[in-house]
Amino acid sequence: MQYLALIYSEDGAGPKPGTPEWGAFMQGYASANKTFTEEGVMMGGEALQHTDTATSVRVRGGKVETMDGPFAETKERLGGYYLLDCKDLDQAIRMAALIPTAAHGTVELRPIMHVELPE
Amino acid sequence: MSDRPPPDLKDRIARILREDRGRLIAALIRATGDFHLAEDALSDAFEKALQHWGRSGMPDRPDAWLLQVGRRQAIDRLRKQSRHAAQAGEIRRLMDEDQEAQGALPPEIPDDRLKLIFTCCHPALDPKSRVALTLRTVGGLTTRDIARAFLDSEIAMGQRLSRAKSKIAKAGIPYRVPDPPEWEERLGAVLTVIYLVFNEGWSAGPGEAPIRSTLCDEAIFLARLLLTLAPDDPEIEGLLALMLLTFARHGARLGPDGAVVTLDEQDRGLWNSAMIDEGLALLDRAVARGRPGAFQLQAAIGALHVQAASPAEVDWPQIALLYDRLAAVMPTPVVRLNRAVAHAEAGAPEAALSEIETLLPDLDLYQPFHAARADIAARLGQGDVARASYRAAIEMSRSDTEKRWLAARLARVRPD
Repeated sequence: MQYLALIYSEDGAGPKPGTPEWGAFMQGYASANKTFTEEGVMMGGEALQHTDTATSVRVRGGKVETMDGPFAETKERLGGYYLLDCKDLDQAIRMAALIPTAAHGTVELRPIMHVELPE
Repeated sequence: MSDRPPPDLKDRIARILREDRGRLIAALIRATGDFHLAEDALSDAFEKALQHWGRSGMPDRPDAWLLQVGRRQAIDRLRKQSRHAAQAGEIRRLMDEDQEAQGALPPEIPDDRLKLIFTCCHPALDPKSRVALTLRTVGGLTTRDIARAFLDSEIAMGQRLSRAKSKIAKAGIPYRVPDPPEWEERLGAVLTVIYLVFNEGWSAGPGEAPIRSTLCDEAIFLARLLLTLAPDDPEIEGLLALMLLTFARHGARLGPDGAVVTLDEQDRGLWNSAMIDEGLALLDRAVARGRPGAFQLQAAIGALHVQAASPAEVDWPQIALLYDRLAAVMPTPVVRLNRAVAHAEAGAPEAALSEIETLLPDLDLYQPFHAARADIAARLGQGDVARASYRAAIEMSRSDTEKRWLAARLARVRPD
């Protein structure tokens, strides 16, 4: 089963770049990536630029409307994701717990829905 | 319909429903991988049993008959709804299993109830849903009964159960017993669900007693089942002992007028001695394993209460010691409150009262907090604190008898 692990954290929470904690934090991501690959669950994953850079798009009455900023203004912001192919939710939870941001933010696991599209 | 089932058949089916339903539903969930489908298929099978057994008598192995019919009903249901190729594999798997079952003597149905319990109590489900799903699926209570026990509407409870079952399927919550590294934590979640069921029944007011006391029975049934499936676990023994030692006082708990009688004032002759003996024996066995835990400690505290011949003979210093150990593994505000009360009884009311004062922010809305604070303050001659706390406790009490009892204590507080 595939799960999208959505990595949320509050702005300013967690280690700051340039501190020793930051080094350990990034090391944590490196070793999480390694484990995901070794366990054969890694389907992809990236960090995202800050929500300041987000653009929201919608089409209304055939017209494209663009807006500056994320879809929802919340305290916790989406900062990255992994796509993991796990045996079941228990394995997905074990993997999510290895994501360093889980120590100060929240990782939301969402199962991927398979939709059959018309030819 | 001419072939109405004879009345004794209905009773026998009801008994099978009670005794074998858990095992059958567990086997069907394993076969289908789908809680909804398994439940629908099993109720189809029971309906067919009512018709067939009425005409041609009970089969030798009613459980095997029900499983086979349930499996075929699941195949039928899958075929009817199957627009997706994905389900072809499931149908084939069920048919293979059905073929294998055609042998001369049906084998013993493998007991998958432990998997079922762990899945129903999975931490990815909302706590209330874990309780409801366990009662429905493992305990076989109807949605209606569960709704009544939790003072919920049947529709809301049905939706809750339905959401939980579909989350299990869609989020990939596994149908398995967790491995050792996870076992302890996950077992803790299961035991908590069972104890929640028990407390929901035990804390029932007089008017709600009948439906709710079935929750106590159900919790004891679940703990016994869990112990059969996973023997040698001291915390399961501890939980079962705790519930038996508590439930043994059931008969003495309500007075003739239906009002709650406090532990001190209960007629000890009305306590169920067989249940106490069983609880104490279980606790001994658990403690001998040398792996203490929160439920064993709570059972040990319960044991000291029921072993005292009179309220004056309760061994409070020992209880206070056990609460110290409990608070070390489970430092919740309520445990800390009970520990303080035990220390007050054991002869240290000053320290107890200052501990209680620190709990005010956490327990301001918890009625027993105010009653305990009032009692200890009164004993220490702190009349103002005692009076204010009795008044708060009376205002928050939901029982008239308790209100009267607290008012009598309030009237006895000496002026400063």
